[in-house]
Amino acid sequence: MAPLAFERKPLVWLGWAIGLAYLLFAAAQLDITWARFILGLDNGAKFLGRMFPPAILQPDSMARGLLESLEISILASFLGVVLALPIGIFGARNLMPSWVTLPIRGLVAVCRSFHPVIVAIIFVKAVGFGAMAGILTLTVASIGFIGKLFTEAIEEISPKQVEAVRATGAPFVSLLTYGVFPQVMSRFVGFASYQVDSNLRNSTMVGIVGAGGIGGTLFSAFQRYDYDFVCAIVLAIVAMIMVGETGARWVRKILGVDARGSDD
Amino acid sequence: MTEPATLSTEPGGLPASRPWTRFTPIERAGRWLLLVILVAAVVLSIRHVEVIPEFLWDAPAQMQDLLTRMWPIDWAFYLDGVHQPLLETMHIASLGTAMSILLAVPLGILSAGNIVRSKPLNLVARLLLVASRSVNSLIWALLFVGVFGPGALAGTVAIAFRSIGFVGKLIGEALEECDTKPVEALQATGASPMTVLLKAYWPQLSPTFWSVALFRWDINVRESAVLGLVGAGGIGMALDSTMNLFQWDRVSLILASIFLIVLLAEVLVTAVRKRII
Repeated sequence: MAPLAFERKPLVWLGWAIGLAYLLFAAAQLDITWARFILGLDNGAKFLGRMFPPAILQPDSMARGLLESLEISILASFLGVVLALPIGIFGARNLMPSWVTLPIRGLVAVCRSFHPVIVAIIFVKAVGFGAMAGILTLTVASIGFIGKLFTEAIEEISPKQVEAVRATGAPFVSLLTYGVFPQVMSRFVGFASYQVDSNLRNSTMVGIVGAGGIGGTLFSAFQRYDYDFVCAIVLAIVAMIMVGETGARWVRKILGVDARGSDD
Repeated sequence: MTEPATLSTEPGGLPASRPWTRFTPIERAGRWLLLVILVAAVVLSIRHVEVIPEFLWDAPAQMQDLLTRMWPIDWAFYLDGVHQPLLETMHIASLGTAMSILLAVPLGILSAGNIVRSKPLNLVARLLLVASRSVNSLIWALLFVGVFGPGALAGTVAIAFRSIGFVGKLIGEALEECDTKPVEALQATGASPMTVLLKAYWPQLSPTFWSVALFRWDINVRESAVLGLVGAGGIGMALDSTMNLFQWDRVSLILASIFLIVLLAEVLVTAVRKRII
């Protein structure tokens, strides 16, 4: 038999079939049917009709919410960057003994494993409603993200420079400033700028559980069925985040940091 | 950046009259300006943001109160009120990811400048992708609860819409990086555009595609666990109702189970990634 130019792989097809079967099963479990979808589209048309034209019903509360979201993201990024720097260093296995790295890595894993909204719920209980809870929430998220990536970046550095500095008898701080930082600082700045971006996105959402920012305004407008105001707020959020993304890109450009990666 | 160094060693040239500096004056000015802006932003935010310090002082007491209410965990509630919503959460994440891939692939192709040679179309596709990413999944969920009513359908569509931007952007970038040789070879045989996509682009794209899909599914498991807070189905609904009833021993059970499925999803994704990529 002549060999085929593109061989057929029955196992791959089986995999596709199983995946598809699971999706159909899941849709049935969730009671997602075509009829409901169509009904939803009908509602959706009404919903969209009430959203347009967008109207800024309470300009004061909208401006305050947006500003508060911005402040939350700035302060949380600042705190997160300041805290993630030592945490990243103390988590690196090539610099620290395991009795230091293990607890630090555990801390970072805990920071990463919960969704910001859940962390926000806990902080709202701890420090009450308002911007403080949002700042703390996003600080935790920043430590989780920057801390993990920074630790990995440090573990990937070339040991040669570190050994050279160590061979001169330099103290630990000089080892960091001359052996480690020059190799990882640009990546750290890159991670930090992505986190600023991500904090800005999340700061618009933590308000839904009472942790300050525009999310609270959005949620109450939604509960009052002021859908035209909801639309205005969502458009404002999208605009703010696009500006923030552009700003982060500028910062990376000015600092000459590698611009590739996922900015999500 | 190496230019000044080569200048100074030029044969027959003057000895380095210019001292070596790492940045040009403009670059230095940009860095200073950036520093000033960043410091100003932090200072202004600290002065303006409304924080009530009194609330901070009793935070430890509040946390202690919360923890004592959360303990002991009400394990018995798992079968009645947690198992089914937990499965629902997983279904929402999987279906949402699948739906987002269906919608993101065409947008990703449209956004790739080397496949669709039309700047306006690329721009429109990219704008849609950015818009999808700019709205948080909870806010998408809020909107779709308005459209479809409370329930898993709203959550699934919200997850899908939030993921389109992420998946589409990465697919578009991967397509733009594809090697053009196989593409040209196939085009030279007179192959149809669909064949070129499937047989020239897809083999180069597939590792990225699968890793993006798995990564997004992992993120979506986390996100779908909280969508219920705005009524979009899954374990978040159970979380919301137990919190409203102050049943903190059940809240801790739900948090523990969310932690567990997030962990499981990560382990699963890592294992699958090793096998297929």
